[in-house]
This record gives sequence, structure tokens and C-alpha cells, in this order.
Amino acid sequence: MSFASIQQTAKEEWRQFEQYDRRRVLVGSATCGRAAGSQEVLRAFKKELITNNLLNQTDLYEVGCMGLCYAEVLVELRGTDGQRVLYQGVTPKDVSHLVESHLINNQIHKPLALAVVTSEFNGELPEFSELPFSKPQVRIVLRNCGIIDPTNVNHYIARGGYNGLARAVTLTQDQVIEEIKESGLRGRGGAGFPTGIKWAFARNVADEKKYVICNADEGDPGAFMDRSVLEGDPHAVLEGLVIAGYAIGANTGYVYCRAEYPLAVNRLTGAIAQMHEHGLLGQNIMGSGFSFEIHIKKGAGAFVCGEETSLMQSIEGKRAMPKPKPPFPAVSGLFGKPTNINNVETLAAVSAIMERGAAWYAGYGTEKSRGTKTFALAGKINRTGLIEVPLGTSLRTIIEEIGGGVPEGKKLKAVQTGGPSGGCIPDSFIESPVDYEHLAEVGSIMGSGGMIVIDEESCMVDMARYFLTFTENESCGKCAPCRMGTQHLLKILTDITEGRGEPSDLEKLRQIGATMRNGSLCGLGQTAANPVLTTLKYYEEEYLAHITDKKCPAGVCRDLIDFTIDVDQCTGCGACVLACPVNAIHGARKESHYIDKQMCIRCGSCRQACKFEAVLVI
Amino acid sequence: MSEILPMSLLPSLLAAYDRERENLIPLLQKMQESFHCLSPETVKAVADHLHLSENDVYGVATFYSQIRFIPPGRHHIRVCDGTACHVRGSDRILEAVEKSTGVQPGQTSEDGSFSVERVACFGSCALAPVMVVDDKVFGRMTGTATRKLIEGKE
Ligand SMILES: Cc1cc2nc3c(=O)[nH]c(=O)nc-3n(C[C@H](O)[C@H](O)[C@H](O)COP(=O)(O)O)c2cc1C
Repeated sequence: MSFASIQQTAKEEWRQFEQYDRRRVLVGSATCGRAAGSQEVLRAFKKELITNNLLNQTDLYEVGCMGLCYAEVLVELRGTDGQRVLYQGVTPKDVSHLVESHLINNQIHKPLALAVVTSEFNGELPEFSELPFSKPQVRIVLRNCGIIDPTNVNHYIARGGYNGLARAVTLTQDQVIEEIKESGLRGRGGAGFPTGIKWAFARNVADEKKYVICNADEGDPGAFMDRSVLEGDPHAVLEGLVIAGYAIGANTGYVYCRAEYPLAVNRLTGAIAQMHEHGLLGQNIMGSGFSFEIHIKKGAGAFVCGEETSLMQSIEGKRAMPKPKPPFPAVSGLFGKPTNINNVETLAAVSAIMERGAAWYAGYGTEKSRGTKTFALAGKINRTGLIEVPLGTSLRTIIEEIGGGVPEGKKLKAVQTGGPSGGCIPDSFIESPVDYEHLAEVGSIMGSGGMIVIDEESCMVDMARYFLTFTENESCGKCAPCRMGTQHLLKILTDITEGRGEPSDLEKLRQIGATMRNGSLCGLGQTAANPVLTTLKYYEEEYLAHITDKKCPAGVCRDLIDFTIDVDQCTGCGACVLACPVNAIHGARKESHYIDKQMCIRCGSCRQACKFEAVLVI
Repeated sequence: MSEILPMSLLPSLLAAYDRERENLIPLLQKMQESFHCLSPETVKAVADHLHLSENDVYGVATFYSQIRFIPPGRHHIRVCDGTACHVRGSDRILEAVEKSTGVQPGQTSEDGSFSVERVACFGSCALAPVMVVDDKVFGRMTGTATRKLIEGKE
């Protein structure tokens, strides 16, 4: 079957999916939705539709991540009048109301309604694209997430999918590379290296056998962009991988995916089978003479596997330890052959660029940082979510408009970007545009896209210690600066947070950090000190408070704080007594309580349980 | 988790894999899925199948944190310590788990009822702090809720 006739069938299927007056239920069922209970909601819909004899007049689909993680479980309903409404926080017990009002009576069920999706029906509800959460966003990488059925290749094709590949195979390899260069796309895996230039390196090495790899290891804690794309739109990534293969002259591709992402592996496996059925993989793709195969490799739990040379060692069945560069993977990579490796998001952008052109993509973003970037927005923020904005969008727009600011009226303290390789950006830089240059200027990095909002209740020394606990644990041990540097940094930070810090420690932290940056073999060690160095740069007084006053101003480090109960505020309700894991709180009912300091382990459970703010940190 | 398979199936499980080093990690994963953890017997079988030394296989198996040599408990508890969970108090959750089960991360209780694991990130950051018990996700946890949950499993 020719691609044109495949497109024809796909469009027809999409037309039915979008058919105006047919009832439809879309349930957001990526990993985050599932964690919030989407499968139970889905079952409840099925049951309710059967009860009402509507099952065969209703389309029921699971879609990928809609981005509004804070509002899961998300359900989009369309009644017979064509009105599409997004409902938030849906639980199984809401389902009968939703079916009755929206699907049977064409009435919006107001208590859970978040927005209308179709523009013709505004009025009482805001339009989805006009919500503060949505308005500043431009979805290129996430173009299909939450909109299509990710298990159906026809949905992807109907929305322009594989047009990019169809176009690429009519161009020469160099023309494809030129197009990617012109788009200004830079690698989204962390380092931001221009993708077109990287492809040209691998293209220019002559060899019979070459490889392309999709890096889907996504190991940074607090990052889930890649997973969401793989779960919500796997073909966007796979199409990008085939295009990369064509451009550099490789016939084999690998997707290296974290084993912690079983749903993503599932979606990829299904998508690859569909590509074969439609002649989008295998021999002579689209009659171009180009042949390509894709294999999936599951990781086994090691952060360093995200580093490109380690990842290749892991595919080869070895301990995932990095190798010195040069030789670069473009010359000698997987199995010693020329190899190009790109991140999931990079490849999902590639397929869009080849479909719509370099100029279109380069129209977004800034001079040196073109296009859009996805972020996983989390931590102390009202609207946790998966977002995509043009590069150069200000931190303020992201935190305050899209994210809705810090909850409970607390004050923003810092934003952590780049995970364990990145740094903390203080609130004073809130007007900074988010692009590669500006983030580097303030001492952090773009990284892969985790963005954790930190409020005044977090201690920056504790944050640094947290990241070093991670990197110390994940250091592979091959080179001494990283192996020993992370151990020493962690020991010093632990001493400081436990009250054994000395003034000379700060200089030691800086020196060790500099040595690791200069001397480590791979990016893990080279950047591991960043969380320490940036917090030291902006929050030195907080370190000093721990060291000289033996106090933790944020009230986090247990050895430096005490809890006490404010007798005036305490109502004697006993909530803290129940919450205390060590029975350290005493007092008669309805009378003010007290904490036995000897028994108290300073876990803070009482403070969290108290509704009257009667538990104080001193 | 699926049932533990009988050891007699070992040869047929191996036979599905070509004798290439590239298959080492997939094979270790298959062994773990089938027998719930690795043992000297399975390591030797994998080494023989791929013509590798047992040392080599142990070297790879111990490098990756997912590969286990101790069987998990009847209830497997994973506590997320991602950044979002950390700023929302995941250490209190882990502490409550350790206290209620008497098990440290990476270990299994003597009676085999619980095993505890600390993981770097589940990516369910909107629900932080998160724990996963037997593959069911529990979000927005507190110390008290954690203790109740575990008492209910005993
Ligand atoms: C310790 C470490 C972990 C990394 N983890 C990832 C990862 O999880 N995903 C990723 O795409 N790149 C990761 N990288 C970057 C890769 O080495 C590589 O630069 C990237 O995959 C290249 O793709 P890009 O050019 O499309 O960004 C990591 C690097 C280091 C040093």
C-alpha cells in the first residue's frame, strides 16, 4: 500500500474519531494519570455506559498525558451536541453524574468542569487554550499528547505523522542535515549540542555499518518529559529516529529505555509493530531504497547509563562505565561503529521539523536557543505539570502564570533546574528568560527539563546534600575525582547539616568541586558539584548559620532544630499525639500539650498534622 | 509479580536467547522476572550459555541496581525519593516505613513479609510524596497514613 493511501485510511479513521455528534470519553492514562486512578475511572465509565445501554454509541479511549498533572484524573467528554469539556479530579464515584449530565442530557457537570475544549461553546466556562496554564504554551514536541490514541498509528498519521519521513527520503542525506541545522535545534538531553552538526559528524565518517540511538534513559529525579512523550506519542520519537538513521546512513536504531518505564516500553513495542505493518520500517521504506530496523533495550537501573558512552557499553552487555572522548561516538560508538545518539525530545522535534520546515521551527525561541522546550514542573507549586514553552520564556511566566505560584501563600525561594547536574536559581532571577545561555549565566543548566520549585520551607544545604546522596550513590567508580569527590562532598555536607561543620568546610567544598569539574571522566562527575556550588554562591549565609550558629534557618536539619508547642495556640485536639511515631507528645485532652525533647526525633510529623500552627520550630 | 517458575524451565528460557554478549542484561532480567531474584545457579547457567566467566556475569549483575540477589518480600514497598518528593517530606515516609516494618531499604524482613526499596523517581511528582506498595501507587502520603497502610498489610 502506498503512503498516500495509508494517509487516506488514517484520515477517514480520524474523521470518525472527531465526528461531531458521537459521544466520546477520553481518559488521560499516562503513568501519572494511572497513579491517580485513571484505570478505575475507565472501568467505572465502561460499567456506567453498559448500565445506560450507551456502550456501543460511545467511543471510549485512553490518551496520553494532557499535561495538567495536578488535576488528574482528567477526562474529556463529548456529548451528542458536540460540546467537549475537560473535567478534573475525576474519581469513580463521579462517573455516574458525569454520564448522566454530560453524555445523556448534554449538560455540563459544573463541580468538576475545568474548561471547554471547543471554541464555539464558551460562556460559562473558560476555553482550554485560554487558561493561564495553557496560554503561554506552544506544543510542538507534545503536539499529540493527550489528543490522540497513542496505540493507533492512524491517529498519528492523520495529524501529519510520517509526512516528515516521506519528505526526508525524497531529499539527499545532506539536505536533511542542512534542514536540521537551519532549524537551530539543539540536543534536549542536557548539553544542548546542535543536532544538525552532530549528524554531520556521523554522516561524514565512512563505514558500512552505523547506528543511531534514542536515549530514553531519563534518569534525573524530578524529570518525566521523555516518558510522557513516549507514552503519549511514541511515533513522533520513532519517526525522528528513522529520519536520523536516513541522514547519517545507518540501518539500525536502538531505543534505550529505563526499565522503570514499563508503559513506555509497551507503547514503543506496539508502535514498532505498526510501523512494520505500514511499511514505515523494514526494507525499502516508502519505496526509497532505504531500509531500517529498530530494537528496544531496557535499562537495568543505573543513572550513569544516560551518559552516551556508558549507554553504549550497557547495550553491549557490559558494566555501564563511561569511556574517554575522543574517540567520539560519531567515529567509534556502539560496537566500535560510527554512532549518533539523540534524546527523546530532540527526535520528537526532528519529526515535526521535517514535516513543517526549519523556518517554522526557528520562528520560536531566541536567537541562540531556537524552538520549544518541555519541562516537568513540580515541587512547591500549585499546578504541577508537563509543559512546553518557547525558549526564552521567563521563569516568572512559568512559575506564576503556568504553575499558579507557590501554594499556601508561602514564598518562592529558588528554582532547581538540571537535576543533580544543575543548580538552584534564586527567586531574585525570576525575570530571567529560560534558555541555554541565561541558565548557564546564573550557574545552572537547562538539563533535560526537570524544574523543581523550592519554597522557604526547604533548606539549601539539605538540598545540596540530597543531590550529593544521589550522585555519590550513582557514581560508577571508574575515575577517582568523581568516586572520591562525591564521597567527600557528601561527608562534609552531612557534617554541616548535623552540626559538625567548620568554617574551613566551605573552601574545601569549592576546591573539591573545582577538581571534580576539571578532572572527572564524564558529565556525571564534572557536574556533580553544581548543586553545591550554586547554593554556596547564593546562600552562603544559610551555610554559615549551620556552621557557626548551629541553626537551620529553614527548620529542616534535624540536629539543629527543636520542636515546641505554643500553649496559646494549642487546642488539645490530640492530632499531633496520633501523628507522633515515637509517642513523645503528652497532655490531657482539650488542654495544651507538650513535647518530650528527650524522646522527640524531630521528624516534623506533629507540625504537619497540627491544624492550628501550634507546633513551632526553634 | 508473577509466580516463581520452576527451575526445570531454566534451559528453555535460555534457549530463547542467542549466545551473544548483547543478550546478557536481557537474560539477567528474564531470570529475575522468572525466579524473582538471581542465584549462583542462574548466574552459572547464564555464564555458560553466553560463554562468559561467572565473574564477568556477577560484575555486570551487581552494577545495576535493579538486579537482586535477595528475593523480595510478599509486600514490596518502594518509597520515592525524587526531588519533588524530597521537598515534600519523603524522608518522613521512609522513616515511617522503616519503623513499621523493621526493614531497611534494600532488605527483606526475616519472615519474608516485607521488602523495602528506595527509588530515585517515579515521575509521579504531582502526587508527591509517593510510595508504591505491590505496584499500587499511594500519593500525598504522610507518616501517619504510611503507618496505617502498612499495619493493614500485616
Ligand atoms: C550522567 C549523565 C546522565 C545523562 N542522562 C541522560 C538522559 O537520561 N537522557 C538523555 O537524553 N541524555 C542524557 N545525558 C546526555 C547524553 O550523554 C547525551 O549527551 C544525549 O543523549 C545526546 O542527545 P542530544 O544531543 O539529543 O541531547 C546524560 C549525560 C550524563 C553525563
